[in-house]
Amino acid sequence: MKKTKISSILTPPILTVLAVLFVIPILLVFINSFKSKFYIIGTPFELPDKETFVGLSNYIKGLSTSGFFEAFLRSVFITVGSVILIVICTSMTAWYITRVKTVFTKMLYYLFVFSMVVPFQMVMYTMTFTVTSLNLDNPVGIIFVYLGFGAGLSVFMLSGFVKSVPNEIEEAAMIDGCTPLQTFFRVVFPILKPTAITVAILNAMWIWNDYLLPYLILGTGQKTVPVAIQISMQGAYGSVDWGGFMAMLVLAIIPIIVFYLSSQKYIIKGVVAGAVKG
Amino acid sequence: MQKTLKKYLPIFVLPTGVAFAISFLIPFVMGLYLSFTKFTTVTNTEWVGFSNYIRAFTADDNFVNALKFTVKFTIVSIITINVFAFILALLLTKSMKGTNLFRTVFFMPNLIGGIVLGYIWNLLINGVLAYFSVDITYDAKYGFWGLVILMNWQLIGYMMVIYIAGLQNIPNDLKEAAAIDGATNRQTLFKITIPMVMPSVTICTFLTLTNSFKLFDQNLALTAGAPAKETQMLALDIFNTFYGRTGWQGVGQAKAVIFFILVALIAFIQLRLTGRREVET
Repeated sequence: MKKTKISSILTPPILTVLAVLFVIPILLVFINSFKSKFYIIGTPFELPDKETFVGLSNYIKGLSTSGFFEAFLRSVFITVGSVILIVICTSMTAWYITRVKTVFTKMLYYLFVFSMVVPFQMVMYTMTFTVTSLNLDNPVGIIFVYLGFGAGLSVFMLSGFVKSVPNEIEEAAMIDGCTPLQTFFRVVFPILKPTAITVAILNAMWIWNDYLLPYLILGTGQKTVPVAIQISMQGAYGSVDWGGFMAMLVLAIIPIIVFYLSSQKYIIKGVVAGAVKG
Repeated sequence: MQKTLKKYLPIFVLPTGVAFAISFLIPFVMGLYLSFTKFTTVTNTEWVGFSNYIRAFTADDNFVNALKFTVKFTIVSIITINVFAFILALLLTKSMKGTNLFRTVFFMPNLIGGIVLGYIWNLLINGVLAYFSVDITYDAKYGFWGLVILMNWQLIGYMMVIYIAGLQNIPNDLKEAAAIDGATNRQTLFKITIPMVMPSVTICTFLTLTNSFKLFDQNLALTAGAPAKETQMLALDIFNTFYGRTGWQGVGQAKAVIFFILVALIAFIQLRLTGRREVET
């Protein structure tokens, strides 16, 4: 019994040390974002002192020159727009293909499931072609593209949930004179809400962090946050503004941390539920 | 109900269906076809049979090297991530104060995007290596272990949460019975706890497997393949074949098809394994 006692005394300090180690990388970026750009690379572990501390100037100067604020707003627009469109459209589709049993809906379901397995590299070149030839290569068009790519996982998760819901309530609503659209938005969608939240969280995190798709479709002219970060490091070797770069990283992380701390219960549950994607 | 609903197909299915066709279905079919052609644009193609597939392996060592690097990285990641995540889960399920706080902290890196993660670790690792007057691109082994550490940092919390759920599902009677029968802690761990969380082990193994195997953003941001493409993983090699060299798009597409087949194979094995486990338990 003595053994367990020792381990239970040691556990909290070990976990605390580990937790600190986990936070250090993020803290490091945060600290360096207040240092002058000449004192960051090579000496990131030194705390800012009188000589190296520059206050908020990295945030103000570094970010306004790199077009980061526009990128930030663009990322917010694309993420919010895509998530709303994905949640509404895919839940409608999921309900329809689960309730209407035809060869077509069955085939569609398997195609959605299949698309989850295919890595992005398989379709990236030809997708860029179809999207640009349809003039969808702009911040509004890309929302539609995200609907296509998000459809697989979202339809899969939502229709899994629809299957577990008995359809008596829906039928009662239809008999009482609701049209299918009314039935869906007044009866079905409220029931789907827990899964819809999970789907929204998974898609929001994916789209906010996504780099390759916006890079290929929008290019460097209409940067999103990840593209802006990657671009500012590319092709500018030697002349990289490390101060502004640190500020960018901080501003890219902050929304995620705020979002996470405000609804972490849903997020952890959602991410684990999304593990089926594999 | 089916009959009335059926007529609403255009409203319920069309938006998702069209988007799906444009961004996935049509490009997928085109991609399969293009892998057998030589092309510079999608509309200007010439049928060449399997020669792209042969060139992917023989024209240079890039693809084979990337494959080797990816496999090595994936194996090391799977082992380290799952061992650490499992130990953390064990520690956190021993009823203790502040468990939630630790869980929150360990899970957080999982939410940060690959590009940002890559540059955070680029800064940190280069900062450490600066004391030895080198940087991460000096030797491929720095890039390799840098990626392993990054991946551990990102995924440990995620896997830990799954293991915690698995551990909490073990009925207490089992452990109590073992204790009464005089089992040592070690025996309880290997004979009861680990066999009982095997379903979680399968899930986590495959999650780390696919995540490591398909890694792109982190690879690009941390080393971008440097030095001399030695730390280039499959996804990055495919990208560079497509966009780095003109006239190689066909080869890039062929590599992408091979990549797809490998990933699909992994997913298929996973489906079989998890399906069987569900029957067992």
